[in-house]
Formats: sequence, structure tokens, C-alpha cells
Amino acid sequence: MIIELTDTNAPAVAARALSARRSTGVASGLVMTLIVMSSTQQYSQAFDAAQATAAEHPSRILMVLTSKSPKTAMDAEIRIGEGVPGDMITLRLSGDLVDHADSVVLPLLLPDLPAVAWWPGRGPELPSQDPVGALARLRITDATNSDDPVGTLIARARGPHSAADTDLSWTRLTRWRALIASALDQCGRPVSSATVEAAEENAPAALLASWLDARLGVPVGIVTSMGPGITAVRLQTECGEVAIRRVSKTDSEYIVPDQPVRTAALARRTRVELLSEELRRLGPDAIFEQALDKLAERAS
Amino acid sequence: MAEVPVPGWVNPLYDPDDLRLPRIAGPCALVFFGVSGDLSRKKLLPAVYDLANRGLLPPGFGLVGVARRDYTDAQFAELVRQDVQAHARTPFREESWKQLVTGIRFVWGDFDDSSTFDRLHAALDKLDNEQGTGGNHAFYLSVPPSMFEVVVDQLESHEMVDQAKGWKRVVIEKPFGHDLASAKELYRVVSKAFPPESVFRIDHYLGKETVQNLLALRFANQMFEPVWNNNYVSHVQITMAEDIGIGGRAGYYDGIGAARDVIQNHLLQLMALTAMEEPNSFEARQLRIEKQKVLAAASIPADLDRYTARGQYVAGWQGGMQVPGFLEEKGIPSDSRTETYAAIRVDIGTRRWAGVPFYLRSAKRMPRRVTEIALMFKRAPHLPFDNTETRELGTNALVLRIQPDEGISMHFGAKVPATGMEIRQVTMDFAYAASFTESSPEAYERLILDVLLGDPPLFPQQEEVELSWELLDPVLERWAESGAPEPYPSGTWGPSSAADMLARDGFTWRRP
Repeated sequence: MIIELTDTNAPAVAARALSARRSTGVASGLVMTLIVMSSTQQYSQAFDAAQATAAEHPSRILMVLTSKSPKTAMDAEIRIGEGVPGDMITLRLSGDLVDHADSVVLPLLLPDLPAVAWWPGRGPELPSQDPVGALARLRITDATNSDDPVGTLIARARGPHSAADTDLSWTRLTRWRALIASALDQCGRPVSSATVEAAEENAPAALLASWLDARLGVPVGIVTSMGPGITAVRLQTECGEVAIRRVSKTDSEYIVPDQPVRTAALARRTRVELLSEELRRLGPDAIFEQALDKLAERAS
Repeated sequence: MAEVPVPGWVNPLYDPDDLRLPRIAGPCALVFFGVSGDLSRKKLLPAVYDLANRGLLPPGFGLVGVARRDYTDAQFAELVRQDVQAHARTPFREESWKQLVTGIRFVWGDFDDSSTFDRLHAALDKLDNEQGTGGNHAFYLSVPPSMFEVVVDQLESHEMVDQAKGWKRVVIEKPFGHDLASAKELYRVVSKAFPPESVFRIDHYLGKETVQNLLALRFANQMFEPVWNNNYVSHVQITMAEDIGIGGRAGYYDGIGAARDVIQNHLLQLMALTAMEEPNSFEARQLRIEKQKVLAAASIPADLDRYTARGQYVAGWQGGMQVPGFLEEKGIPSDSRTETYAAIRVDIGTRRWAGVPFYLRSAKRMPRRVTEIALMFKRAPHLPFDNTETRELGTNALVLRIQPDEGISMHFGAKVPATGMEIRQVTMDFAYAASFTESSPEAYERLILDVLLGDPPLFPQQEEVELSWELLDPVLERWAESGAPEPYPSGTWGPSSAADMLARDGFTWRRP
């Protein structure tokens, strides 16, 4: 069911969403509100990603779009059913309302359940200072969308941030981190130094190096490679090198001293997969916080 | 050979706060005995692939199939691929498969033939070299219990259970014996070669996920605990109904029956989880202690004829299909006394549960497939309404649905909207699948991962198995003496003796 509302307000949207829900007979079971702060250009991509994510996490999705039109108004579209377990509400804001998106979002948040804000584009410089960001328990940005990804991360690291802030450049690292941690387990020796090899100015690489630095407390260097993205991470130990090296789009070599070199799956993950990982664990991420602090420290 | 970690070394890359990082098992080989069986092909092999696809298997991983077939490694790998594509829960990804396929091996031969195990030994040595599996081997016995001793003895005599060079673990499936004596015998056989912490028992009906869901409901919330006792609960009904008959399992089922097949392990485990006190922690050992305490406090009323019931399905219509009776099933002797319906009353002698009977029933050819735990509450002590106003008010109930559609529902009375005062039963429902649509790992996935990680499983250990048999043995003996079970038509909720058994206590079975 798709309902279009023009020149409307939040109470009207809430009332129509509720009655639509009753009439479709969909059981409630929604687990969160996902607020997607998007521009008109990103809208269709962001919509698809949010919809795909909703298949895994039944939620109310508020797509907040801002337009440059000077007239202060809001149009809304409510989708319920349509192959999505939750509901999707698109809110088009214009005029003065653009600066007061939080006033529209707040009444539409599901009671008691967590709210998550995601900026599919550049995102605000300081997500926690953003009025809509402040409503959310988890704020998801993606520094790689900005012109200077590493700089953006460093700026965020230096500004006010908390464990409620997360960035998809960190989410991209999970598989890398899991592999190198398990490889180090195999060797079971202290690490004396580490290197990350990656394309130039790669935000995930900067974070990976900061994480290793924070965890291991040894010198961690970043070496520029041809990319794409991170191509290897190497840890030096007394019995030799523990490493994960990307050999193709989907595979890596798993290198542990005195063991045969093996292949490990290491596919780049889609945005939907990254977003799903974030939504699966809504709690604060102290480890990312730690890596981010280290990044700021390394940059100074 | 993997390096032995420096003593006291802790991997600094792991942190308990780092919830994103999955625990990947260390390099190891998993050996499936009876790999050509249905269970292996539909459940076990796909579960192994799903683990690989979720990134939880180590890059150095070996999968060895042992069966009486003449396959090459490549042919076997191709069969695994087909099974995976047909039955895995996660999508087929070439890169995950590639990681898995390099470690797939096949060993052919009979289990009582010594040379089979010579070949297996050689295959594992080779894997240790090529894949760096470091002598870590798990043996999954997907074979009839009568073969356990043969396989375990062969493993031992071929020096494949030496824990000094990498760990060795063994997985066995339910049933864990068919009475107390046979359970002890089984334990003796397995423990000859494997210490208790290396023995993993799996009851595939009861996934770790389900156990943890139950624990979360009971102990993560404050609102249920105050009513979780005999002040409020009048009785508890635990049901496992299957809509199918015995299918092709005549050879296994005849002589076993519903009580041994399901009540002994599955329903008594569910009962223990429902009735136990809060463990001090969710450490496997603490959990086991609490379950054991409840099982030790459980008893079946002495008058077994009044407080147990059994039945056997006869031909009838089940869900729109005409189906044969148990005695007409292929492979079942026409005078079989095996029960396909079993119900027992269990009393638990603790302060929390004294006076609250637990009714456990398990049956085949029921109207629908369902496993549920229902806490039935007492009626409010005083109802400030007329009888007519509350005549539609049923019993307050909290129902934990185990399968299908795992979830929780609450049944209570609500006023019908109108000027009159009329109260009717309504349901409030929560379904895991509606709130968390991400595919939760299958029971086998969790178990296999536990085995590979060496996590103490939540599955029962020997003491619980023995306590369950101690409870059930007198019932089985009594039944063996008392003739044929009562017939019930297929597609109905069981024999009248079962209804009578509850009626004596003033209750009725729920219609799940």
C-alpha cells in the first residue's frame, strides 16, 4: 500500500501509517526506526539500500529528503507492505522546514525502540551535533563519500564524538580484522611491528592502522600500494610474518609462519551488507572509539 | 605443525567489547562418518558451508567424508557442492566454496575394516601438512549407535585420538542410549577414547539458539520472573507434536517410540530449562548444574497408569490426506507395541514448583507440527464480574513457541468493546522471525562451531542423560508390561487416555 500526502505534517503521517498498518493486518514486530538523511540525488540508491536492509531488520524507515524549494512545506509518501516487513515513510522537506527536520522526525519515531540515523552521502561534519543525529542512538556515516575521507575521519575524531558514532569505513574492516586476529592466534607470539598496505589516502586503511596501533602498542606503518582499498596487513613476530594479503576481488592469502599458505574468502561487501552489520549490533562500539582516538593522536 | 602459543600470551587483537569480531575456529579437520546418509547431506554438509560463508571457518580447514562408497575426492566434493546448493541457508558464493573445497577429502571403506582407518589416518596426516590443520580433528559419528563402539575402537587402535598432538573431539547424536543401562554403556564406549569435555552430544531438536532465547526471556527480563512459580502457575504443558508418521525410519523407530525418541532428551531438557533456578552465570557448567538440580528433583507420580498415557496412530485422514496406521507402515511388525504418542506427568519437588504438575507429551501424526511450552496460570482469586460476563474468559497463559515460528504469545482476557461487560480471550504475539528476519544460524551450525571452537556446549552431558533415563525407565518398564498402546486416529490430538490423565487433575490439554 502506498499513500501519498501533500503539504502535510507529522501527526497526519503518523495517523495514516497507523491506519494503513491496521488495514493490511501486518503484525507489529518492528525493532527500530532508521532515519535516512538523504539528498535528492542519492534518494533512489539510498531508498533501495534501506529497503534491502529492512528485509533483515523490520523497522520504520524515515527517508528524510531536503529540497531547495523556498516554500516551507512537507510532502510524504507512506509505503506499507510492498514486500517490506516494516514501513517506509518518505518525507520531502523544503523551505525553513529543512532546518527543523528533527521536529518532523521526533513524533514519528517508534516508541521506546532505538533510532538509528544514516547519512548515505557525505553526512554532517559532526554527526552528534546534528539535530536529527542527536535523536539517534547510533549515527552511521561513511567518510569515504567525502572529498577527503581521511581528513573527515580525523576531523570527526578531534571533534565531539562518542561510541554512538560509527562509520562504514570501519565496518568494511570487520573481515580483515577477523582474519588477522585469527591468524595471530595461530602464531601466538607478541608482535613487534605492523604494516598496512593500501591505496593512497584510504580511510579504512588509516583506521586499520590506528586499530592495530591501539591494540598492539607497536609501530604501525601504512605503505601505499596500487589498491584498490587495503591490499595487505602484515604483523612481524619473532617467528616470522603473520599476514593477510588480498590476491583477488574475492580472495586473500592467509599467511602464518610454519604453516602452508591458505586461501581465505575476502570479498568486498556491499553497502547493504555493511549497513546490516551496523544494524545487527546497535550498541556502542568502544573499539571503534579507541581506533578513532588513536587516529587523531597519530595525525597530530 | 602449528606453533604452540607462548604461555600466558593473550591475543591483543581480541577484546570482549569488540562484538563485531566473530570467533573463527582454529585450523582443524572435521571427519564425518556416515557422510552418505540423509542427515549429513541435508543438514551437516550445508551447515559446514554456511559456517564457511559466514566467515567462521578457518582458512585451514579439512572436511573428510567416510562412507562405504567409492568416490574420489573430486567426486565427493562435487556431491558436497550439490548438497550445499540444494540445502544451505546462505547464498552460494564461489569464494566461500573455493576456500572450503581445497580441504575436502573422501575416504571409502567399511567401519569394521582396519584398512579404512589406515587410509583415514593417512588422509588426516596429509591434511595436517597441506592445510595446516595441526592435528586438530573432530569426529562426527553420524552412524547408528550400534556402530559407535566399532568406530571409536578403530580410532583408538589407529592412534587417532591422541590429545597431545592437537585436540581430538567426538560428536554423537541422540538418542543417547535406550535406557539407563545402555546410556551408561554408550558412555563407557565413548569415554574409553575421549575425555568428557571432548564429547559433544547433539540433540538437533534443541538448537543452542532456542536454549539461549529461553534463557534470555527468563533471565534478561524482570516482568516474567515474579509469576514464574507455583503462586501463579497452575500447571505447565510441554508439547512436541509432529504431523508426519514415522516415514522411512521404521528400522530406527520400532522399539524406540515417542518417549525414548523425544521425551527423554528433548522434552525433559525443555522442562529443565523452564523450571530451573537462575544460574549464577551462563557458563555452560553453571547452566548444567541448575538443569541437573531440577532433573534430580523431578519425579513421576507412583501410579503410572493414571499419570502416563500412550497411544499408537491408526489409519485416518491427516490434513486432507489419507494415511496408513502405524502397524501398516512399511517395516513395522503387525504386533508392534511401540508407542507413537507418549504423555507423562512430572512433579518437581522444589519450593518454586511444588504442586505444579508438568505435563509432557510427544506424538506423531498430530493435526499440526508444533513444539511449545505453555505456562498455564491460575484463575484470579476473585473475579468482580458475573459468571456470564467471564464465561468466555479462558486461562491466562504464557506460551513459548519453539517451532515452527519461534516466538512468545500471551493469552489473557480483554473486554469486548460494547456497552455490556463481556470478557473474552485475546492473544498478544511476538515472533522472532517478524522482529529479526536475519536468518539465525541453524542448530547444526551452532553445534559444529562449538565443536570446532571447543566451546563447552549447552547440550546435555552424561549426568543429565542418566538423570533423564532414571526418570523415564520405570515408565517404560510399566508400559512394556501392560499390553498394546491405545489406538488414536491419525490427524487427531491423541488417545482419550491422555485427555483423562489431565482431567483427573482438573485440566485439559491445550490445542496448540
